[in-house]
Amino acid sequence: MIVDQISIFIENKLGALAEVTGVMGDAGIDLRALSLADTTEFGVLRLIVDDPKRAYSLLREGGFVVSMTQALTVPIDDVPGGLATALKVLTDENVSVEYAYAFISRRKGKAYVVLRVEDNEYAQGILVKHGIEMLAKGNILDEF
Amino acid sequence: MKRYYQSEMECAKVEAMRALQDERLVKTVKRVYDKVACYKNLMDSKGVSPDGIKSTADLHKLPFISKDALRDEYPYGFLAVPLSDVVRIHSTSGTTGRRVVAFYTQADIDLWEECCARALVAAGGSSDDVVHVSYGYGLFTGGSGMNGGSHKVGALTLPMSSGNTERQIQFMTDLGSTILCCTPSYAAYLAETIHNRGMRDRIKLKAGIFGAEAWSEEMRAELEKDLGLKAYDIYGLTEITGPGVSFECEEQAGMHVNEDHFIPEIIDPATGEVLPHGEKGELVITSISKTAFPLIRYRTRDICVLSRDECPCGRTLIKMSRLMGRTDDMLTIRGVNVFPSQIEAVLLKSGMTPNYQIIVDRVRHTDTLEVQVEMTPEMFSDTVKNISGMEKKLTAEMKSMLDISPKVTLMTPRSITRSEGKAVRVIDKRKGGA
Repeated sequence: MIVDQISIFIENKLGALAEVTGVMGDAGIDLRALSLADTTEFGVLRLIVDDPKRAYSLLREGGFVVSMTQALTVPIDDVPGGLATALKVLTDENVSVEYAYAFISRRKGKAYVVLRVEDNEYAQGILVKHGIEMLAKGNILDEF
Repeated sequence: MKRYYQSEMECAKVEAMRALQDERLVKTVKRVYDKVACYKNLMDSKGVSPDGIKSTADLHKLPFISKDALRDEYPYGFLAVPLSDVVRIHSTSGTTGRRVVAFYTQADIDLWEECCARALVAAGGSSDDVVHVSYGYGLFTGGSGMNGGSHKVGALTLPMSSGNTERQIQFMTDLGSTILCCTPSYAAYLAETIHNRGMRDRIKLKAGIFGAEAWSEEMRAELEKDLGLKAYDIYGLTEITGPGVSFECEEQAGMHVNEDHFIPEIIDPATGEVLPHGEKGELVITSISKTAFPLIRYRTRDICVLSRDECPCGRTLIKMSRLMGRTDDMLTIRGVNVFPSQIEAVLLKSGMTPNYQIIVDRVRHTDTLEVQVEMTPEMFSDTVKNISGMEKKLTAEMKSMLDISPKVTLMTPRSITRSEGKAVRVIDKRKGGA
């Protein structure tokens, strides 16, 4: 399924990450998944949260550079080779992955991977075609 | 609507203006030679007598005056009238050394305010306008100069001074300010604050007169878009009078110098040789109608170009280009001359904000140049690849403009300190240790 992902520009300096997560914490927004990509100069923090719209406007008002994008989230079996299966299906169909981060579900035996691909709908279609089960929207946040 | 404040001067025939300048120059040179010991010493040591100055054609024979000379003679050395005739002083900020104090008689104040009135009328100002003056008042010339000009025009004048941005915006919206006068960097800060408050629809500005700092065409476009006004450049300096030495007309293509009061020249800053119109060099100004503090061939250290091309606005006054930097702002990095204004131009052209800072340092005997600029939501992307690509593109564009490769650092918004007066653009860590 496709979920809202919040991305935030982070300067590479002491306390920058704490500042963003502090804003989320103070507002009672729950972080469900997180990934931080960094270079020596700056970082991009990506978050899946329980209330993305509120998180987005809070960060924006707080003066952060923030964007909301859609990310494809794929449930996979929490066993060795689980992610490889899903990625092979995409590779075979020529879909390249810009970045990915994975999380273990609260539900036993399941993991999730967030994928940044060119065309979410298209990639999702391929996965469904190959029998990879997709969750209905709304379910996902309970799973993380 | 009135297009000129003093058309007889602003649109005078070039020959008539030249004759007026000849007469005023000869008179001023004679007077300062007789009244001011340091002028006499300077001219005697160069072997120039006042009798040898018969017209503006002889101007090049006279010695230059540097800011250091004014500092050495602080406070009264260059005063050309009895103290009883002086009604006011203004002073430079003193950030680059000892302060310089400039003196004004009532006649000096009047001619200065008329120059500012010409600038206001050229920007479309009339007695129907609400002129919002956010230049500093006090020793700085910006506030009182534009304040006086606005009075001459008969406009409602808001003597806001600088600072207290909340109050600035409140008055601007409540009283319906139509013309804003401040530094371009403060205008950018006001625009940002107005935007953040969502109050863009509540301001009625039609024109902005921005000076006291070098700024770029890109910054003009930015301010015009963000504040919904037409932005005019104005030039001046405390030593000469304050704002109004020159001003832009509706053509927005260079500033008309008030030649009935000030004679501009362009020189090669290294040799002192006078350069022809169209060539870039240091601006030198001679004030020919001021009484208390007339300066002959004052080296402004500002770099620009003069042009006598006909202006469609009808003014015949010579035009100077926007400032291209200062001889003392010029950074020499690895032997290459770099002006902050060049860096600003690249940033704005690439869609970045005017909030930037330049850090120069020396690491293991090699100069380093870092450009810190704030990230904008428009430029942001969730992939590192895109942002790094943008950094690389900025670096490449600066390299092609400057001939040296800077390190570009993207910062979070509002991490670069805002200025309410002149912005601090350059931090040169080499100073002292170099």
